Amino acid sequence: MTELNSKYADSGYIQKLILRSLLFLLLGIFAVYYLMPLFIMVTTSLKSLEEIRTGSLIDLPREVTFAAWKTAWSGACTGIQCEGLRPFFWNSVLLAVPAVIISTLIGALNGYVIAQWRFKGANLIFSLMLFGCFIPFQVVLLPMARVLGIINLAGSISGLVFVHVIYGIGFTTLFFRNYYVSIPVELVKAAKIDGANFFRIFISIFLPLSLPIIVVTVIWQFTQIWNDFLFGVSFSEAGTQPVTVALNNIVNSTTGVKEYNVDMAAAIIAALPTLLVYVVAGKYFIRGLTAGSVKG
Amino acid sequence: MSEWLEKQLPKLVLAPSFVAILIFVYGFIGWTAWVSFTKSKLLPRYDIVGLIQYDRLFVSPRWDVAFSNLFIFGFLFIVISMLLGLLLAILLDQKIRTEGIIRTIYLYPMALSLIVTGTAWKWILNPGLGLEAMLRSWGWESFSFNWLVDPNMAIYTVVIAGVWQASGFVMALFLAGLRSVDDEIIKAAQVDGIPTWRIYLSIILPSMAAIFLSAFIVLAHLSIKSFDLVVALTGGGPGYATDLPATYMYTMAFSRGDIGQAASSAMIMMAVVFAIVVPYLYSELRAKND
Amino acid sequence: MSTILEIKNLHKDFGSLNILNSINVSIEEGDFLVLVGPSGCGKSTLLNCIAGLEPITSGAIAIDGRDMTTVSPKDRDIAMVFQSYALYPTMTVGQNITFGMKVRGIEKNEREEKLLKVAKQLQIESLINRRPGQLSGGQRQRVAMGRALVRDPKLFLFDEPLSNLDAKLRVEMRTEIKKLHQNLNASMVYVTHDQIEAMTLATKIVVMKGGIVQQIGTPSEIYNRPSNLFVADFMGSPAMNLIPAKVTNNGKGTKFTIARSHGEPLILFDDNITKLPENVVLGLRPEDIGDANLRKGDKLQISTCSVDVVEPAGADTYVLINLGGKEVTARLQAETAAQTGMEMAFTFNMDKVSYFNAKTGQRLN
Repeated sequence: MTELNSKYADSGYIQKLILRSLLFLLLGIFAVYYLMPLFIMVTTSLKSLEEIRTGSLIDLPREVTFAAWKTAWSGACTGIQCEGLRPFFWNSVLLAVPAVIISTLIGALNGYVIAQWRFKGANLIFSLMLFGCFIPFQVVLLPMARVLGIINLAGSISGLVFVHVIYGIGFTTLFFRNYYVSIPVELVKAAKIDGANFFRIFISIFLPLSLPIIVVTVIWQFTQIWNDFLFGVSFSEAGTQPVTVALNNIVNSTTGVKEYNVDMAAAIIAALPTLLVYVVAGKYFIRGLTAGSVKG
Repeated sequence: MSEWLEKQLPKLVLAPSFVAILIFVYGFIGWTAWVSFTKSKLLPRYDIVGLIQYDRLFVSPRWDVAFSNLFIFGFLFIVISMLLGLLLAILLDQKIRTEGIIRTIYLYPMALSLIVTGTAWKWILNPGLGLEAMLRSWGWESFSFNWLVDPNMAIYTVVIAGVWQASGFVMALFLAGLRSVDDEIIKAAQVDGIPTWRIYLSIILPSMAAIFLSAFIVLAHLSIKSFDLVVALTGGGPGYATDLPATYMYTMAFSRGDIGQAASSAMIMMAVVFAIVVPYLYSELRAKND
Repeated sequence: MSTILEIKNLHKDFGSLNILNSINVSIEEGDFLVLVGPSGCGKSTLLNCIAGLEPITSGAIAIDGRDMTTVSPKDRDIAMVFQSYALYPTMTVGQNITFGMKVRGIEKNEREEKLLKVAKQLQIESLINRRPGQLSGGQRQRVAMGRALVRDPKLFLFDEPLSNLDAKLRVEMRTEIKKLHQNLNASMVYVTHDQIEAMTLATKIVVMKGGIVQQIGTPSEIYNRPSNLFVADFMGSPAMNLIPAKVTNNGKGTKFTIARSHGEPLILFDDNITKLPENVVLGLRPEDIGDANLRKGDKLQISTCSVDVVEPAGADTYVLINLGGKEVTARLQAETAAQTGMEMAFTFNMDKVSYFNAKTGQRLN
């Protein structure tokens, strides 16, 4: 770790102070840059349309009103329906929870197999799965739409769960495999001699060790799935759309007056779950992001 | 459980996922590739006719815009995010007490859906009521920022929103990389009298080559997949000025009913990703197995 | 006394690579068998085959008369202690030791009983509720042994259990294991690359190299009568001196001519052996070369040699002399007057010498 002002350690307390202040100024400016949109979203959502039209972007609301929020939640129009985000919020929950749980579980078992039960071809299989994480999903949209139709899951939430699980397995397997690889092989040997079988070893020895990686995986998967739009918009219909699709419909609806405050409120509502997860468990979130890309 | 079954159990457990990947990744890619060589319109047809879809693609003005946008957007998005991320990482590396909070602030955009990000920036950059109006009301009468509706400038708004979202993540990556440099090397350099900026330039940055590569790969990947952002921010417009291959494909597939075009554009996207990611993965896996 | 372990013609290949070749070993109940050899010689692999953790390509392993070819590790009635202890990190010491019993469905009371018995034996009662992460290396090793002991197996397998300990602890634990062996009269198979451990612990040693057994014997046999150059060099510290010599038969015995860098060659005689090939390697341990002024005996042959290096080491003084192009170590008593550069009379104990074929390395006597 390098201190920008180490060179000036003895040559001037004042110089050190100036540089340090500069540093904080810069950091502060960028903090504003990142926080501004959020700030603007919140303030706009609390203003009346009148205020928005006559006031300026960063003005604090002269009169705080929650009307926009109420509309966003239960009255905004997402196409022909005007029920607000509420039903679609619930759709996202019904989608995300099973998808996260299932893909995490499968990833854990897969990672366990690949990391600890080496067999010929295991590495090849892993490579193939890894590559699958990188494909642009546009390339599977068309065939998946057809398949969903064939197995009668088109436009349903179960269908979306299915899609997210399939395309989530690559990442979850990667996370668990990288984690399990560092557990010594002798542990499995000792357990084998103790008489434990494949599943017993997983449940009694590996799972208890896995809390950190389970948290990372769950947070990553939840964020990916809740925030997804592409699969949502391609494979759902009017009643089963997730909250991101509904949000886009509200914002880009061409009917009626543009209610910017409702748009902002709706955006915040849609963003709340993942934002909350980030604030509460952000450390693990970062670990998940960097683990996936640095591939250590 | 019989002996044989026990022995095969690991393979059996992995098998469903493997089969799923074979079908839903590789099989589907194959299907899309196949269709891209046919005359499919609303419904897929399976008789191969050659490169007709690619020909159509390459003469389509809309695709031209979309494809060049990919490189404009991609280049700017990656370069600016990396520079900004690097700057922030270096700033944060200076032993700040409130580092945790600041890092949280810089990184939270990554937790948002791109739809949310697009929506927020769409409002901020709104020509009549957003940034432009605000600066004008402050006295800067002639300030104009109607990029959002200007066909020539609209793509840059996507860059702005994208950088806002992703630069925090790049910063986190680089910060980890900066910190992984051995303290003792830095101390030795300081004792040698090397100025701090030089230490960064000649010692720390070169050792972060691998992380630069990782960041590049992730950002490149993100830019190729950018769909949500464009949909929310500009809807591909004005007109199709901010189209990217991803939005082009979607339009062809679900609005225009031109599956052949959708397939061929998807395959081009696949090829670009392939060209970037495969060498990287290959070298990574090779290194790990050595 | 029954044969507790019998390995017949064991071969193991890994793909096209041969790891173990024609292994034949057997031990009786109560034996302490040590598999020793350099890294990569296959000793750990052999142990894993005995445990059933690795499949064998051909041959047979029998434990207490039962053929193990189709038997899984958990049914072999064995216990294993690993180099890295392999303790389950999220379980307490007590849970670690009783896990195997739990899996086998043994009642809680019985498990507790056995746990306490073993804990007392190894003096780890106070650690029962701790996690492995809170224990020192030596304590962890004891817990690992406890896990093995509680199984009351027919065979104990040890895979380099002391390699992760520091030198002092290693010596302590070595003694513990030896005591355990004596107290329980247990049958043990022990893998190590440390030949001192092998010599001190074993009742029977198998020296391995490149997947092939070099010699099987008691420590004394291995030490005094190594069967080839490799064993002679590998076992014993300091190593056995291996001196090239030219052979001439002179009617009543053999004359050995050992070239020297300057001066006349060294001549040694052995009347008890004939029909040796022209080129042999003489194997003599440092303690069998002495200071002629301090050591007397009519069986000893005396010759003058030039001293190259003198290394006082407390109770002994090691002296290096140049013979046959090699640096030969003599272990002299501390009272020796040897000085660098001086010519001195040395005794050579031809009763203890080993002869090896210079070309094949095989023992000739």
